[in-house]
Amino acid sequence: MDTERTYVRRFSRTERTLHWVNAAGFFVLLGSGLVLYLPSLAIAIGRRPLIKDIHFWAGIGWVTALALVVLLGNRRSLLRTARELDRYDADDRLWLTGGGRAPQGRFNAGQKLNAALTAAFTILFLVSGLLLWLGERDTRFRFASTVVLHDGLMYVSLILLVGHLYLALIHPATRHALRGMTVGTVDAEWAHAHHRKWEPE
Amino acid sequence: MTEPAEQEQHRYGRAVFLATVAGGLTSLVWGKSVWGRVSSALGPAEALVPLVPSGGWRIYTVSGSMPRFDPATWRLSIGGLVEQPVSLDYEQLRSLPHTEQVSTFHCVTGWTVKDVRWGGVRIADVLAQAHPSPEAHALQFVSMEQPYVDYLTTDQAALKDVMLAYEMDGKPLPREHGAPLRLIIPEMYGYKNVKWLAGINLVPSEQLGYWEQLGYDQDAWVGHSNGY
Repeated sequence: MDTERTYVRRFSRTERTLHWVNAAGFFVLLGSGLVLYLPSLAIAIGRRPLIKDIHFWAGIGWVTALALVVLLGNRRSLLRTARELDRYDADDRLWLTGGGRAPQGRFNAGQKLNAALTAAFTILFLVSGLLLWLGERDTRFRFASTVVLHDGLMYVSLILLVGHLYLALIHPATRHALRGMTVGTVDAEWAHAHHRKWEPE
Repeated sequence: MTEPAEQEQHRYGRAVFLATVAGGLTSLVWGKSVWGRVSSALGPAEALVPLVPSGGWRIYTVSGSMPRFDPATWRLSIGGLVEQPVSLDYEQLRSLPHTEQVSTFHCVTGWTVKDVRWGGVRIADVLAQAHPSPEAHALQFVSMEQPYVDYLTTDQAALKDVMLAYEMDGKPLPREHGAPLRLIIPEMYGYKNVKWLAGINLVPSEQLGYWEQLGYDQDAWVGHSNGY
């Protein structure tokens, strides 16, 4: 029995900070947003003007903090990560079309897809949220579909989040990856089994 | 397995990102009509498993707390330019001729709830108790939720499906929908449909209501106001 586990670095400090800033912002926005959205919570908690302010400023704080992490952090590691997330090869296509055993790099194709959608949703949440705020002040920014977009993003994000939490916390084959996002390293054997094409530094 | 270097790479990541952003932004134009078609196509199924909470209603309030209806103390006062100011309690209000209607509720922020069944009284039957004076050309609707007020002209208030509702979908009007009494004017956006009514004052002309002071249109016709 192997007692000496070796660990390999998967995420830089900047990458982990970006992830946790994003997660913290998302949960504050989800919580305050649900109070504004769900009638049962609106009745139980009330204080709508206060919750609206919290939701608005949490949104501004969220994107500002994300921008600061990018500006002040290790941009080289982020750029390298962005490049990896951008590129799909034949194995990725195989993985996505049901060939779950196709060898994967540092990110599997599902993680790449989740990252692209999460980034796009951040832009769309920001734009639609600002339009809701501005639209309350000026008719030129008012569109009948803004709430449909903002709410729809929430529903799809919630589905992605539940899947993400399941894989990170519960699913036995993948939950080991969580330590990559907390301490930054993962077990080398696990990495080899799940991300065979990844060559850790 | 092929070596990574040998495989052709495609930049699908940014393609997915850009397509999602583009789709999301253009949905500002098509989102509501597509959603409307989806939810009406799902019509019967939606009754069993609601797609959105509370049938699509959202509860908007402008103050820190939601007014609470106490049947012992609540009164609807009719004042201003009237011969005989009156104050009706809940039982007196309910003894006036009952009317029902099914109408669609439109919010100015874009959501719509179809086919809401309202029960209550016509405004004319309530105003008749107080004998309005001929100089009154507008009505001020005062909410228990301060400082919410709004106005209708007497002509607008005389539209045939304008009513004061104390029932919704066959039950007493719930607290979050304005219990015990709210104004219903389906032709206008929700902010004109004052909740938690406490008084109606007859006045010479309209003033700016709560949302009108923040730039919303005085005449809130659905589809023809507020930038739509």
